[in-house]
Amino acid sequence: MKARITVTLKSGVLDPQGKAIEGALHGLGFADAADVRQGKIIEMKLDETNETAARARVEDMCRKLLANPVMENYSIEISA
Amino acid sequence: MKTSVIVFPASNCDRDAAVALEQATGKPPAMVWHAETDLPDTDLVVLPGGFSYGDYLRSGAMAARSPIMRSVVEKAKAGTPVIGICNGFQILTEAGLLPGALLRNAGLNFVCRTVTLKVENNQSIFASAFEKGQTVDFPVAHHDGNYFADKETLDRLESEGRIVFRYVDNPNGSARDIAGIMNDAGNVLGLMPHPERVISPLLGGVDGALFFKGLVEAAAR
Repeated sequence: MKARITVTLKSGVLDPQGKAIEGALHGLGFADAADVRQGKIIEMKLDETNETAARARVEDMCRKLLANPVMENYSIEISA
Repeated sequence: MKTSVIVFPASNCDRDAAVALEQATGKPPAMVWHAETDLPDTDLVVLPGGFSYGDYLRSGAMAARSPIMRSVVEKAKAGTPVIGICNGFQILTEAGLLPGALLRNAGLNFVCRTVTLKVENNQSIFASAFEKGQTVDFPVAHHDGNYFADKETLDRLESEGRIVFRYVDNPNGSARDIAGIMNDAGNVLGLMPHPERVISPLLGGVDGALFFKGLVEAAAR
C-alpha cells in the first residue's frame, strides 16, 4: 500500500511561515488570500496489503516520529 | 566529577560545551557519539547546541530518536543531571523529557545576539550560583526558540517553579518569556541561550562560567 501523511500546525499555533507566504501573496496582488498555513506531506510505500493494518502502522509512525502532538495534527490517506 | 557531551551529526557547540565543562571540573568530558548505545559512567550529561540532522522534520526530532538517547532518557529518569542547550533543549522536548515544543521564532528571523535573562528560581542545581531575580547575559543563536505549550502546562510550570530563566526582552515570541525550564524532578534543564559561549572575559562575559561552576558544585553535593 501507499501512504500519504499530511502534517499541519494545530489551529492557534503561530505559523510565521504561513504569515510570510500570505504577505508575499498579498504583494503579488492576491489580496483575498487569508489564514495561510504551511504544513508538510510525507509519502511512503509499505509492504502491508491490508488497508486497516497499513493505517494502524502509519498511525504508530505518526505518534512516534512523524508528528509532534504538542503542536501538530496529522491526517493519513492510504491507497493501493 | 565525570561529565559527558553527546555529539550528534551537525552539533556545533559540542566543543564549546567541552571547554566549559573542563574549565568547571578540571577534567575533559567524554565526547559520546550519537550512534553509541551506552553512556560512560557520568554525573552530568550535556546535549549541545547545533542543527542536528539539519533540523530535518522538526528541530531535534531525529536526534531525540538516536540510539544514545535511550540511555540518556534512562539516566535522566534515574536522577542524573542532564542539560540541553539550544538544539539540546529542542531534543529534550522531542524526547519527552521536558514538556512543550520550540516553534519557529515569531519574527521569522534567526536571532543571534546577547540577551539578558532573569533568574526566576535558584532553588535547583541549575541556578544555585545566582540570586533569585538577578540578571545574567547569555548569547542566543536560534531560529526555533519560541517556546510553546498549552495553558495548563504553562500554569503548571509557573506554579511548580520550573521556569528557571526568563527573557527580560523576549527575542523570539516564547510563551511567558520562557528561556529555560526544568522537569518536575529538578534534574533536567532545557535552555535556549548559550552559557558555554560566555566563560571568559575574552569571549565577552563570564556569566556562563558561573553557571557551569555553580551547576558542577551543586551536582557534586
